[in-house]
Amino acid sequence: MKAARAGWLFVTPALMMLAVFFFLPVLAALGLSLTDFDIYALARLDNLRFVGGGNYLHLLQTPLFWKALGNTLFFVIAGVPLSIAVSLAAALLLHSAVVRGKTIFRTALFAPVVTTLVAVAVIWNYLLHTRYGLINAVLGWVGIDPIDWLGDPDWAMPAIILFAVWKNFGFNMVIFLAALQSIPEELYEASRIEGATAPQQLRFVTLPALAPTLVLVSTLTMAGYFQLFAEPYVMTQGGPLQSTTSVLYFMYDEGFKWWNLGSASAVAFLLFLLILAVTMVQLFALRRWSEP
Amino acid sequence: MTLRSRAVLVNASLLAAAVVALGPLVWMVSVSFMAPGEASSSPPPLLPRAPTLENYRQLLAQTRMGRGFLNSLLLATAATLLALVFNVSAGYAFAKLRFAGRERLFRLLLGALLIPAQVAMIPLFLLLKSMGLVNTYLGVLLPPAANIFGIFLVRQYALSIPDELLEAARIDGAGEVRLFWSIVLPVLGPILVTLAIFTFLGSWNDFLWPLIVLTDDSRHTLPVALAALTREHVQDSELMMAGGVITVLPVLALFVVLQRYYIQGLLAGSIKG
Repeated sequence: MKAARAGWLFVTPALMMLAVFFFLPVLAALGLSLTDFDIYALARLDNLRFVGGGNYLHLLQTPLFWKALGNTLFFVIAGVPLSIAVSLAAALLLHSAVVRGKTIFRTALFAPVVTTLVAVAVIWNYLLHTRYGLINAVLGWVGIDPIDWLGDPDWAMPAIILFAVWKNFGFNMVIFLAALQSIPEELYEASRIEGATAPQQLRFVTLPALAPTLVLVSTLTMAGYFQLFAEPYVMTQGGPLQSTTSVLYFMYDEGFKWWNLGSASAVAFLLFLLILAVTMVQLFALRRWSEP
Repeated sequence: MTLRSRAVLVNASLLAAAVVALGPLVWMVSVSFMAPGEASSSPPPLLPRAPTLENYRQLLAQTRMGRGFLNSLLLATAATLLALVFNVSAGYAFAKLRFAGRERLFRLLLGALLIPAQVAMIPLFLLLKSMGLVNTYLGVLLPPAANIFGIFLVRQYALSIPDELLEAARIDGAGEVRLFWSIVLPVLGPILVTLAIFTFLGSWNDFLWPLIVLTDDSRHTLPVALAALTREHVQDSELMMAGGVITVLPVLALFVVLQRYYIQGLLAGSIKG
């Protein structure tokens, strides 16, 4: 049984690291969220008190928490479908047999995914500039008045969504492309023989074959979009009028600006439960779909 | 629609999409060579009137971006090495070495993939503080060193190693450690490259964790230093763009060279459901 001993030997270093730096902190977060851990407790642990569900109750009565939750939901509900639609459209175009230079196009469309978010957010700050921005200049050509993208509470979140779609669509595009390539050619041939047009093929062959991928991709994308943080941090500092303060942004401020670490842990846990619930619903849908 | 007009339409749409995807990046490079203030005119200029390196000179001389570059390079390289050390042997063991509780343990790890890293963040900060690791490079490096996704990536690849290969080496008297070192590792080559590039890019681009842990600005990584710069120098768009270029260009170049491995890892990860 040497292999068995070696097995434990090989996994132990990784498991110890995960235990100390991941599993333990996750459990501690639950405990911490039930205390009033703040800057005084940071200085002297004697000041720490158990408050039960106090942090959670208090959060539910904090208007900014609800505002942050609403902003995050807006980002997810508008951003995820838009993002997936763009990814799918790009994948369908790339998959077309008539494309010249497929690899070059794929690399070009994927490039924003690997860029550093903070750096490209800086570029977009200027593209979105009210007076000197390229986007308003282009809109001006077709007669649309300049929009104060990042300064208007109604436009700041849509601007961030546009940016996020640009940054992320290549990721799901590559997944869709792989799924498209795995659809058997016979399905298309059969539908051609029966006289299906191209839109009918898309509706009755391609999309049903993509359904499991679609659910998977939306699950992963949603979990990611719920964790909105760096975009507002760099582009709007959560403003104007807190219209781009996300849940994670709220947690960051609560924890590392005001040092209310107990309350911030409660925010983290609520966000986790929300993501978990949405993921569970989608994985359930995926299982229903994959069953014959 | 004829085949020809369809070909033109599809290729033109892709070209337009490529311009939208790459346009902002190309424009960033262009503005980084402009004289101070030049980009702030309407309509915005696409090319510099007289290209200058002044922004890069100022960036190195007057900001912490040069230091940030070295910090990022050091941290991303170290993070990559640590990821290889901790995840590869574990991934191989989960695939090929039978030990009691293996399946249950692996399912537990997969389930934990659902937990977002932010949940652990605040206790992790307190833990590092008690270990004296806040504001140190180790504080940035240790928490993500072992990574469930990385273990999973290696395991999926290692499943394809034929058992006969391992058995033959065992019959020849090779111990498990030597077997891993001289037979398994060479076979795992491609997935090691995938894991390395994923970790390097992830570490280079990471923002929230270094922002929290590295309080001293001489230790800031590029993204953190750039974010600080944008808050101080809101008006200097040309300087900012030069900062963006030195942040983005290294990872973009790395991706272009190693994209085959990167895409492979991305696809392996997406079929985990």
